[in-house]
Amino acid sequence: MAKPPVSIPELVSKFGPRLNRVPATGWSTDVEPDRVVKTHCCFCGQQCGIQLKVHDNKVIGFEPWEDFPFNQGRLCPKGVKRYMQDEHPDRLKAPLMRKDGAGFVPVSWDEALDKVAGEIRRIQQAYGNDAFALLGGASLTNEKAYLMGKFARVAVKTANIDYNGRLCMVSAGAASKKILGIDRGANPWSDIPKAQAILVAGANVAECAPITTNYLWQARENGAKVIVMDPRMTPIARNADLFIPVRSGGDIGVFNGMLHVMIERGWIDREFIARHTTGWEQVEEAVRKYTPEYAAKIAGVPASMIVRAAEIWGPAPTSFLLHARGIEHHSKGVLNCMAAINLVVASGRIGREGCGYAMITGQGNGQGGREQGQKCDQLPGARDIENPEHRKYIASVWGVPEESIPHKGLSMVPIFEAIHAGKIKGLLAVSCNPMVSLPNNSYIREAYEKLEFSCQIDFFLSEAARYCDVVLAGSLMEEDEGTTTNVEGRVIHHQKAVGPPADARVDWQIICDIARRLGAGDKFNFNSSREIFDELRLASKGGISDYYGITWERIDEEKGVFWPCPSPEHPGTPRLYEGGKFAHADGKAHFQPVEWRPAAEETDTDYPIILTTGRVVSQYLSGTQTRRIGALVDQYPQPLCEIHPLLANKLGIADGDFVKVESRRGSVTVRASLVKTIRPDTVFVPYHWPLDRAANNMTVRAIDPISNIPEYKICAVRVSKAPAPHDAIAELEMQAGGVR
Amino acid sequence: MNGVNELEFFIDYSRCIGCKACVQACEECDTHRGVSLIHLETIMRADSVQTAPQVCMHCEEPICAQVCPADAIKKTDDGVVQSSLKPRCIGCSNCVLACPFGVPKYRAEINQMMKCDMCYDRTSVGKRPMCATVCPSGALTFTTREHIERTRQGVAIREWMFGGEAVKTKVNVMVPVEVQRVDVAVERLGGTRTDQYDVASLLMGD
Repeated sequence: MAKPPVSIPELVSKFGPRLNRVPATGWSTDVEPDRVVKTHCCFCGQQCGIQLKVHDNKVIGFEPWEDFPFNQGRLCPKGVKRYMQDEHPDRLKAPLMRKDGAGFVPVSWDEALDKVAGEIRRIQQAYGNDAFALLGGASLTNEKAYLMGKFARVAVKTANIDYNGRLCMVSAGAASKKILGIDRGANPWSDIPKAQAILVAGANVAECAPITTNYLWQARENGAKVIVMDPRMTPIARNADLFIPVRSGGDIGVFNGMLHVMIERGWIDREFIARHTTGWEQVEEAVRKYTPEYAAKIAGVPASMIVRAAEIWGPAPTSFLLHARGIEHHSKGVLNCMAAINLVVASGRIGREGCGYAMITGQGNGQGGREQGQKCDQLPGARDIENPEHRKYIASVWGVPEESIPHKGLSMVPIFEAIHAGKIKGLLAVSCNPMVSLPNNSYIREAYEKLEFSCQIDFFLSEAARYCDVVLAGSLMEEDEGTTTNVEGRVIHHQKAVGPPADARVDWQIICDIARRLGAGDKFNFNSSREIFDELRLASKGGISDYYGITWERIDEEKGVFWPCPSPEHPGTPRLYEGGKFAHADGKAHFQPVEWRPAAEETDTDYPIILTTGRVVSQYLSGTQTRRIGALVDQYPQPLCEIHPLLANKLGIADGDFVKVESRRGSVTVRASLVKTIRPDTVFVPYHWPLDRAANNMTVRAIDPISNIPEYKICAVRVSKAPAPHDAIAELEMQAGGVR
Repeated sequence: MNGVNELEFFIDYSRCIGCKACVQACEECDTHRGVSLIHLETIMRADSVQTAPQVCMHCEEPICAQVCPADAIKKTDDGVVQSSLKPRCIGCSNCVLACPFGVPKYRAEINQMMKCDMCYDRTSVGKRPMCATVCPSGALTFTTREHIERTRQGVAIREWMFGGEAVKTKVNVMVPVEVQRVDVAVERLGGTRTDQYDVASLLMGD
C-alpha cells in the first residue's frame, strides 16, 4: 500500500517543507564554536571546501575554507546556507510507519527494520527476487554507494538496483567511455584557465556549477575565446565571445557543422588522428553533409554562428570542452555528447596542459556515485556486471559465489515501468526523490500507488517518502564521515561535524541492519565507514576507477587524490590520456560517427512550443533540502515560466500573469516571466518543485537507448493565460508546491 | 594612499552572475549577523541577465557622513566608512538620499541606518570580507593591486563623476583600459532599454 496515509496538506503541516531562517544558536555572535570542521558542501558536484562551525553538537554557522585548492573559499548561496538544514524542525528523528488515516507514526528501529526485512522476503518469495527493487543516489558518499550495490547483490539478491545519477551523468559517461575509454572528466579544473578556446555546451554554469564561473572568467582574462551553446542567454552566455542560442535538441547541428568547417579549412590534427585514434573516416563521412546551412537548420541558429564557432575552436592552440545536462538530457543524449567529444579528439587537443574535456558532473558525488556499483549494469571499480572476469573478482572480494551475483537489472525509468507492469512490487530508496525528479510525474505517482511495499531512508519526509510504508530516519552528509569524488575525479574527505539527532541513524548502519535481518550479516559486518572505504579500495583495485592507493590520510594531506590511483606510492591521476594514450584496449580513441535525429516529442499544431527544464542557483535538485532553507527559498520562491515577449504577446500574456503550461501528460500553473533572454519558440520552467508546480508533470517519459537518461530538455507544450489557482495545493506555502 | 601589499577591494560588474552568494554570506558576518548589507541589483531582467553587486565604496570624503546632521557616520583611519553610531543616529535618512551608490539603508525596526563596513571585524584582523571571499565569479575580490593587475585585462580605478560631483572611493572598480574615470551622467539614470541581449534578434542573423 503506497499512498499518502493522509492528505498532502496534512502531511505538509506536520513534516514540511517548512522554512528554517535562523541558525541553531540564533543570530547572536556570543556563542563561540567548540570546533571548526574542515569538510565539503553536501550539494553539487563541485564539492567545495567549507568549514562548519560546531557548538554543542549543533552546526551553528560556516567559515570559508580558503586553503582548499578547488574553490579557495568560494561558495554559492546554497553552500553558504547549507548549515541551516541542521537543527531543522522538519528533521526526521525516528523511524516512521504509515498508519492509514492517521499519518506517519514513530516506531522503534526493531519494528521498522523487521517490517522492511519481512516485506522484502515476502515479496521476493511471492514474486521472485527481482520483484524487489532498490534506488540509490549520487548524493551518497562513495562508501554508501558501494554499500548499496553490495546490499542489492549480496543481501537482497536483486538485479534491480539503479540510482538517480541515471537522471544526470549517464549520457556523458557512456559517450566518454565509447570514445575515450573512461567515464570521468579528462582534466583537472586548473587546465581551464590555460585554454585559449572554451566551448560550453548546454551548461548553465552560473547557476548549476557557480564555482566554475571563476575558472571561465580567468580563462577569458588570459585571452581565451568562450563559446556558449544554450537556448537561454544564461549569465555566462552574456559575456561569451560567441553565444549560440541553439534550439533544444539541435546541438548535433552545431557540433557536426563545426567539424565540417574544420575539415574544410584544414583545422584537423591529422597526425594525432592517425597515431592515436580509430574511426575517423566514418566521422568525416558522417559530417560531409553538415554544411553550415544544413547544420543551421538542425540547430535553429544562423549558419554564420556555426562558422564562427569553428573559426574560434578550429585553429586554437589549446582548448577545453565542457558540457552538462543541456546536451545530455535527451533521448539522443549520448549522440550529442559523442558529437561534442569528436571535436576534441579531431583537434588532437586532449591529455595536455590546457587541453581537454570534462562533463560538468551535477550531483554531489555524481562522479563517485557512478563508480562503486549502484548502477544496474555495474560492479565496483566501474566494472561491467556482465564481464565474467569482473564478476569473478568482485565475488572474491565479497566472498560469494560468482553465480550468486545477479546480472544486469533495470535502470531507473524502466524500474517504474516494471512497477506499472506488475513485475516489481516493492521498493527501497535512499538519496532520491522520484516524485519530483522523474519525468511524466503522474505516471511515477501511479507506479508508487501500485507498489505493495515502499520504504525510503531519508532525513526529511521528501515527496517520495510520503508514498512509503516505512520511512527510516537517516543522516545528512555532515552527520557521517566518508568520501566523495568531485567533478574533477578528485576523491575528497567529508568529515563528520555532528552526529544524527535523537533516534536517527547513519545510513550505512541502517543498510547493514537490514542486511543482517536478511541473513547476510557476515558480509555487512562493518564497524565504521572507514572499513567500508577499505573494502571499496580493494574492490576497485585493478578496475577503471582504481582507488586502491587512496587513503583518508592521503586525502587530508594532499587535499584530495585523483583516481586512478592504483598503489599507495602512486601520485594519482589529475589528467587522463597524457601522451595520446586512451583507455581502450588498443590505446586509441575511438571516434563515433553521429547522425542527428529528432526528439521523442517535437512540437506540432496542438502543442506548438518547446518546453525545456533546468535549475536555478538557489535550489538543488528535487529541493528536499533547499526548499527547507528560508534564505534560499526567498531568493527564488516559486517556479516561473520564462517566455519571450514575442511569444507572450502572441498568446496575450503579460509579465506576472498566471499561465498554464500543458503537455500531453500534465501541466503546471505558474506565473510568467517575460524575458528576451530565451528563444521565442521555447519556454523554460525550473524543476525543483512538487505537485502542481512540478515541471516534470509535463516532461516526456522517453529515454536514451544507450544511457537510459530521460529527455528532460525537450517536449512539446502549449501555454495559455490562466486564472489564479485557489485549490488546496495552490494554497500551500510556495516551498511545498503552493503558488502566489 | 594604499600600500603595495595592502589588500584592496575590487568590483568587476561584468563578472557578476547574480547568484547572491554575497547577499547570503553578508548576513553571516559577525558585526551584523542576520542582516545582509550588500545589495545585488538586477538591472533589467526583461532585457538581460546582467546583475550588479554593490558594497559600500568607502568614499575618501564620504557624502553620507557629510550630510549627517547627527555626525553619526565615522571613517576609520584606514579609510573604512562605518555604519551609523547607534547613540547618534536619528534615523533621518539624509545619508540614504545622498549616497550616489545607494548603499546606506534605513532600518525602521531599529530606527537606524546600517551599511556595509567592509566586514571590519574580519578585514581589521587580516581576513577577507565575507562577500569577496565566497563570490564564485570573482566579481568581488579582495586582494593586492599587484595581483589584480597581473591577473585581469581591465584596470582598477576609483574615480567617479556623478553629474558634476567628483567622488574618489577606497573600493576599486574594474573597467576597460581606456577608461580613467566612471562618468555617470544624470540623463542616463533611470535606465534605457536595450536589445543587445535579445535572443530573437540574435537569431535573425547577419
